[in-house]
Order: sequence, then C-alpha cells, then structure tokens
Amino acid sequence: MAELVTLTIDGQEVAVPRGTTILEAAKQIGKQVPHYCYHPGMSSPAMCRLCLVEVEGAPNSMPSCVTAVMEDQVVHTESKQALENRRGVLEFYLVNHPLDCPICDMSGECDLQDYVHAEGRDRGRSDEPKRVFGRDDFGGDVLFYGDRCVMCTRCVRFMNEVEQDQRLTVVERGNRSVIDTFFEEGLEGTHWHGNIVDICPVGALVSKEFLHKARAWDLERTSSICPSCSQGCNIELHTRDNLIQRIKPRENLEVNGWWMCDFGRHNHEWVNRGGQLEDPLVRGPDGVIGAAGWRDALGDLLQHVRGVGGARVKAVATPFASNENLGTLAELVDALGGGDMVYRSVRAEDEIVLKGFPTLARRKDLAPNTSGAELIGFTRVGDDQAAGGLENIATYDGIIIIMGDELSDQEANFGKEAALFVYMGDQQSPAAENAHFVLPVSTFAEEEGSFTNVAGRVQCFSPALKASGMARPAWMILGALAAELNKGDAPRSAADAFSSLASRVEAFAGITYGDLGTRGVVVNETYVLSEN
Amino acid sequence: MAYPYVSDLEVRVISKYFGDPGQRRIDTYVERGGYKGLQKALGLEPDAVTEEVKASGLRGRGGAGFPTGVKWSFMPKESIRPHYLLCNADESEPGTFKDRELMRWDPHQLIEGCLIGAYAIRAQHIYIYCRGEFFEVNQILARAVEDAYAKGYAGEDILGTGTTIDITVHQGAGAYICGEETGLMRSLEGERGEPRVKPPFPAAVGVFGMPSTINNVETLAAVPHIILNGGEWYRQWGTEKSPGTKLFCVSGHVQKPGNYELPLGFPLIDLIEHVCGGIRDGNELKAVIPGGSSVPLINAEDSSICTLDYEGCVEVGTMLGCASVIVMDHKADIVKQVRRMVDFYAHESCGQCTQCREGSAWTARILRRIEEGQGTEEDLDTLMEMTQQMVGTTICVLSDSVAAPVQSSIKKFKDDYLALIRGGERVGAA
Ligand code: SF4
Ligand code: SF4
Ligand code: FES
Repeated sequence: MAELVTLTIDGQEVAVPRGTTILEAAKQIGKQVPHYCYHPGMSSPAMCRLCLVEVEGAPNSMPSCVTAVMEDQVVHTESKQALENRRGVLEFYLVNHPLDCPICDMSGECDLQDYVHAEGRDRGRSDEPKRVFGRDDFGGDVLFYGDRCVMCTRCVRFMNEVEQDQRLTVVERGNRSVIDTFFEEGLEGTHWHGNIVDICPVGALVSKEFLHKARAWDLERTSSICPSCSQGCNIELHTRDNLIQRIKPRENLEVNGWWMCDFGRHNHEWVNRGGQLEDPLVRGPDGVIGAAGWRDALGDLLQHVRGVGGARVKAVATPFASNENLGTLAELVDALGGGDMVYRSVRAEDEIVLKGFPTLARRKDLAPNTSGAELIGFTRVGDDQAAGGLENIATYDGIIIIMGDELSDQEANFGKEAALFVYMGDQQSPAAENAHFVLPVSTFAEEEGSFTNVAGRVQCFSPALKASGMARPAWMILGALAAELNKGDAPRSAADAFSSLASRVEAFAGITYGDLGTRGVVVNETYVLSEN
Repeated sequence: MAYPYVSDLEVRVISKYFGDPGQRRIDTYVERGGYKGLQKALGLEPDAVTEEVKASGLRGRGGAGFPTGVKWSFMPKESIRPHYLLCNADESEPGTFKDRELMRWDPHQLIEGCLIGAYAIRAQHIYIYCRGEFFEVNQILARAVEDAYAKGYAGEDILGTGTTIDITVHQGAGAYICGEETGLMRSLEGERGEPRVKPPFPAAVGVFGMPSTINNVETLAAVPHIILNGGEWYRQWGTEKSPGTKLFCVSGHVQKPGNYELPLGFPLIDLIEHVCGGIRDGNELKAVIPGGSSVPLINAEDSSICTLDYEGCVEVGTMLGCASVIVMDHKADIVKQVRRMVDFYAHESCGQCTQCREGSAWTARILRRIEEGQGTEEDLDTLMEMTQQMVGTTICVLSDSVAAPVQSSIKKFKDDYLALIRGGERVGAA
C-alpha cells in the first residue's frame, strides 16, 4: 500500500496515496473538477487549462490534472480564483463555437454545454466574426465538426497512445489549429476508433451510424455486457422505441478500461431485426402446430417429456445464452436422466488487441459465454463458422432440445426422427419444421442474467428492451419444467437461477448473483479456461 | 566591414569583434586568445567551472534572468544517462537581434562557451538550435563547428584531455514557440513544437527524456571570458544583482539603432540620448519597450528613471527580458503597434492552452476593430479583464506576452485608444 498523503480540498480532509493528482483526490470526496484534456486512460498534456484550482501558497493556479498532492496542501476548487478561471476559459471556448446545440448529437450530454450552464457567463462578450472550419469525414464511423472542437487532443492521443495507430493529428497552430487525418486514409481500417467519439467531450466527433438518430435525453441507458466476443466488455445499451440506438462502453478497469471495439459497438442490428417469435407453438395430436398460452404449452411439454421417458437428451445451446439459461438447461437435462450437451460458435481468425490496453482484445471467440458453456458442461462442436457437428443429432430419435442455436446450416428434415424435439429461440428456424414445441425466448437485451468472459469473470446484464409477444427468458421455461420433474421450486428470477447453478456447478460455488455488482466476480480459480 | 554603430560608452566583451569577418576564422580566433577558456576549464573539475560561473553572477540572457551557474548545478552529478547541453539560438522575439550578431561575427566564442558549459554539466552532446530563417548564420555556424572538430576543440578526446563532446547544429523550421525551452526540446525530438508542463524540469527530464540544460546564445558567449578571467572580474561591471555586460538591441525611433554592449544598470535615458544619438528628427519620446515585445511598455516619464538591469526594470513595472529596446516617439501609433505585436503572438501561439489560443486571436480582433474606428469603451474593459485571464494560467508565458503590451498600453496610453474610439484626430501617424 502506497504511503498516504493528507490534504484539504474545499475544507474537507482527504487522504490519498502519494502521487495521486489533485483532480483524482477531489473525485474521492465527490468533487468533479471540470476538465477536458485529462482522461485517466491517457497521458495528461495539461493544456485545456480548465481544471486549474487554487492551491494556497502557490503563486498561480495549478492544473489539478497533473499536480500531485502534497502533505497539508490546502486546495480550493470553488474559490473565486478557481471560478474566475473557469468562467474565463469557458468564455474563450465560445468565442468561435457555433452554438449549434439544436442540431448537435452531443447536446444533452456535452461537457461544454454542462459546464457553461453551471459556471459560465450568462452571455459571451465576443461580437467578432467566428472562425469556420466546417465538417470533415474522418473515415470509418466518424464525422468531424471542426467548429465544435475544443482542441483537447483526446482523439489524437487515443489513436497514438491507446490504439497506437497514428491516424489523427493537429494541423496548424494557434487558433487555426484543427484536428485532421493523414491524407485520404483517415480512420478507415482501424478497429477501436469509435472510442474517440465517446471521449470527445463535445460534439466535434460524432458517429455516422448514430447521426441525428436520437436526442441524448430521449435515450434509456441500461448496463449490459457486450455479446460480440468473449472479452465481455462492459457496455451501456442506449435504447429508444424499444430498439438499440447505440452501444457505449462502460468503465471497468478489470475488463475493458473505458473502451470497446468497433465490431462490438456496431454489432447490434441482429437484436433489432424484426420477425421475432411471439407465441409458444405446440404441435397438436393432429400434427398441426399452433399457438398456445404458456400454461398450456408447458403443461403439454411436461406430459410429453414424461411420455417419452428414459430417452437420453441431446441438447444444443448457443453461447449467447446466459449462465442462468445454460445452467437451467443443464439442470433439466440432468432431471431427464442426462445426455449430451453441445454448443457451436463462430471463431474469428485473429485477436485484435488494443495495444495501449493489452488486456483488452476483440477475442477470436465471437460469443459472450463460451467460458460459461464450457464450465457448465457443454462441449464445442462444429467448425469456426458455427456450422456442422450436429450430424448425430439431426437424426436422433430421443429428446432434442435446441436453445438459441438457429440451426441455419441444417436441413428441413432435422429432428424428423426425434421422440421429442423442443426448439427455443427468438427467431423461427426453417430447420425447426419438425419441432413439437417452438418456444419464444428473450435475447440478452431483453432479460437479466450473466455471462462468463474469457478470463472467467462472471458479469451481469440488465434488460433494456421489452421482449416481443410472450417471449420469456429460457431459464424461466426450463426451470419450471425441471422443478416439476425434481419436485423442487421453480426459479423466480435470474438470481434464483444463478444460485441453483452455483449449487450445482463447482466453478460458480460460493458466488451469488448479488455479488456480481458492476464489476463482476471471477469464478473459482481452479477452473482453467480454454484459450479464448 | 565596419559595424554600423558603435559608442564610446560601450564595454565590448562579447561584441568586441562585431563587424570583423576575420574573427570567424578559427586561426584568427585562436590567435586572439580563443579556446583558452576551454583549455582552462578542461583542467578544472566540472563543478569548479560551475562555481566560477556562479561567482560571476551571470544571469540567463534569454529573458528570464535565472542565474546560470545555479541552473547548471541542478544537473545530476553522475552521468549514468546521457546529459545534453542545448543552446537556444532560436532568436525570434520581435525587436531582438543580438544572438544573430553573436553567431554571425563570433561563432567560435559561442562554440567555446557551449563546450565549457557542456563540460560543466557533464554533457557529451551539444545541440545548437538555430532559428531556421538565419540561413547565413546557420552556414557560418556549421563551418565553425567543422573547424572546431578539425582542430580538436570538439569531438573525441578534446585537446588530449580525454573529454568527448559532440556538437550538432539544428536548424529550426520557423516557429517562435520553439524558442520556449520545452517547445525547443519537443521540436528537437521531432515532435510538434509545443511547450509542456513543468515539472519535470529539464535538468531531470529534458530532451529525449534525459537531463538537459538549456542556455541562451548570449549567456554562453560570456562564459569563456568568465572562465578565463574569473567570476570576480566579470563583476566589475553591472550591479550587485545584475552583474556584467549585456547586449542591447535598440530599434525604433532613435537616430542610431543597433546592438550596443553596455554594463547592466545603464540608465535607459542615457542609452537613448547618448548611445543612440537621441530620438529621430528631434521628436519627443513617447514609449519604450525595454525587453522585447513581450514585456510591458513604459511611458516617457518612467523611461527617464529606468535603469537597465533586471531589478531596475521591475521597479518601473516592466522587465529587462532580452534587452531589446524598442523606442517610440510621439508620432507612434501605440494601438497599431500593440495590435501588430498581438497579431504576432496570435500567429505564433502553439494553440494548446485555451486562454492563449482563443484569447490571443480574440484580442487581436478587438484591437483591429478599435484601430479601424469601430471600437467601444467597453472593449477596453473586456480587453483588460480578458487578458487578465491569460496571465499565469497557461503552460508557457506566451499567453502572458499578449497581456503585457495590451494591459500596459491601456493603462499608460488610454487616450490613444479613446481617440480612436471616439473618432476625431488620430494620435500618431507612423
Ligand atoms: S475532436 Fe473532440 S476529442 Fe478531438 S480535440 Fe476536438 S474536442 Fe477533443
Ligand atoms: S501559453 Fe500559448 S504558446 Fe504557451 S503552451 Fe500554451 S498555447 Fe502554447
Ligand atoms: S484537464 Fe487539466 S489542463 Fe486540461
């Protein structure tokens, strides 16, 4: 433990490790010193000069972002001197700013807007004509509105220091300075550039995909986990009209820092696509499949299961399913006397490592919960395109349960011989023609649950969207059946499903759903996970 | 070629050979006693060299006036990592033209000073960062460095003492801000020339991340003389706190503008009247900027009592800076002059700090509006208050340099502004 230094900030005493900056120390007592150029994930040029605070005894105001705390230091972040500086700097920012908030995507979550509202002058004194840079396409997903830029150079530093692929620079100097790309190349072909839109404190860098899609204040924000690879980046789903409008990374130093990759950021159309299954479908005695309510569907299914009796189960699950769904499926398979449990998933050829934060990579495994599936006892089959590997299941004559795998590579005669074929998914599958039960389940964006990432970290996500029709979380369906068979209690929540998993699977023993919090918990160490 | 203007009142220590191209030749330089200071220094311990410079009281001639010997003593005593001596020859302050002359007429004097300084701070490499626009000077320096190598004064095993010091002359690319010490280091490293926050100070983390010391050309030019003759000798001129001689670059409305080497503490009015032959055309003195365009200007009254040493200038509310004395007579258009200076700084601001980037350009625009007769009295309040935000709030002092002429001119020459604002007769016609 580093040696502690005690200082006073705005009359409040605080002890922080030696070397901490005043800005970070202030955070610890809940004081946010306004700042632009500083970002905890990058170098600090101390150039915006917005974060200046008064330090007793110092001849000038000090940049709190780079000034290390000293014993017995007395700091004022809201004194006349500090406020005057901020008022001054904010006025300077507006000398050339177009004040086009009404058409700016950042409006509502813009640091310039917020700071000026809170501490700026009620009107600027500049009457001079404004400098005009206009708009530039930076390539990739990024548009640059030069006139809104506050020249904090966060974007340049991100590309240089974090992605370590120099694509942006400051051109010219003085108040002619402007951010620009090199030649025509721009950001095209880089894999993390979406982050510069996030860290741009104003609306200078905006996402083409999100351009004019929604106002910040109309968005619901829900904590989630990126489902696009096994890294498990912490994210927020921003939704409106029951659609994901955009995805933003959420800070978790153990997993993704402040960042996420472009692939994950933009890979959400599959959640928004239409045509979801809405009603449970049950094949009647006449062989015709028709919609039913859950009570009837589950009653029928239970009868069917009992009728088949003794047959071993072959279950195919998607690694997009949560620990809770996979765990409950495993529990049901057990209750039915056991069987084979497999999963298929897409694997990319390469990892895409974020060089400046190397514990973060877009993993080869393009599913969020392969680790969970492995730990719970599912075995990987099929190739790197998640195709094949189901030959002996397609023609199996016992019980087939499909959870989430859309069987897109399978023929229409899949499961023709099965004594019982249950298909659970959010989309109908042509290969489920022979299913006796087609049960609509919710996606990760519509339910609560957890994923286990590549490093064995179990992290939970919350529902951001309303599931379509009667779709339910898979654990609810499977849990009800297992409870009937085991004469136990059905899980009432994802937390219940998780605790039942924790009691059955050693890797999760001792962890409760409540422990997961916003940072996640690593599974019991002895469980070594397969690479990626 | 005779040097344009000289005066009997001068004490020519470092400017002795101005106007004599012969001095550029290494043989002539040596014949006239050159490189003896280096020889003597190499016979001493590095710290003894530093002590001698400390004893002389020599202060940085680039503008800040920090004691040179003390600066050298900040360097680590071991040299596990490479040390660097950087010579700041990026002379760009409007009104300043002394380093150019020092390098142009007496390049070996500077090289000798650099070598002594490098030895004192245990540096194995010297970079002379020379302003890019000084084409002739760059050529002269390059030639002189070549000669110094050829004669064994630079490079490996200097004068058989086992000391190795290399010299590189680096040509800048034309940015004023590269004359700021950390901006210079960044530029030398191949980055954008942008100052950075201190700490860390150059003596701990300098160019290429190594301990470095950066000295002005004029400072280093004085060093061989101090080493050869002793620190006490240097103190025979100047004042207790500002010892020695200094080059004054006088420009503006005097009869004989030019470079004059005078003891520090010399009265400003004597410089104008007796050294420079008085104001042009028998006009009246109106204002003086005694230290280069970045220091506050003073009026005739203050000029009459100002002495040209670091302390004397502070007493009348200005600074000695690099002693570039800009003299204006009663026909000078103060607003225009200030606007031109601010234009310069707005153009040269590196653009990192908000106050400087936005403030300097805004200030320039307001001043231009006033100059064009479109100003208001509120503009003056805005200027005063807004430029105050630019003082002491930024990474380097370029921002303060904008505030200095603006604030001092509004304080001392408000009537000039008001005349433009209220219309009617315009003051000055230059
Ligand atoms: S574009 Fe945004 S992140 Fe980049 S310098 Fe401008 S304000 Fe900062
Ligand atoms: S004060 Fe001006 S010149 Fe100096 S670092 Fe800041 S922006 Fe650059
Ligand atoms: S955040 Fe400290 S100077 Fe920008």
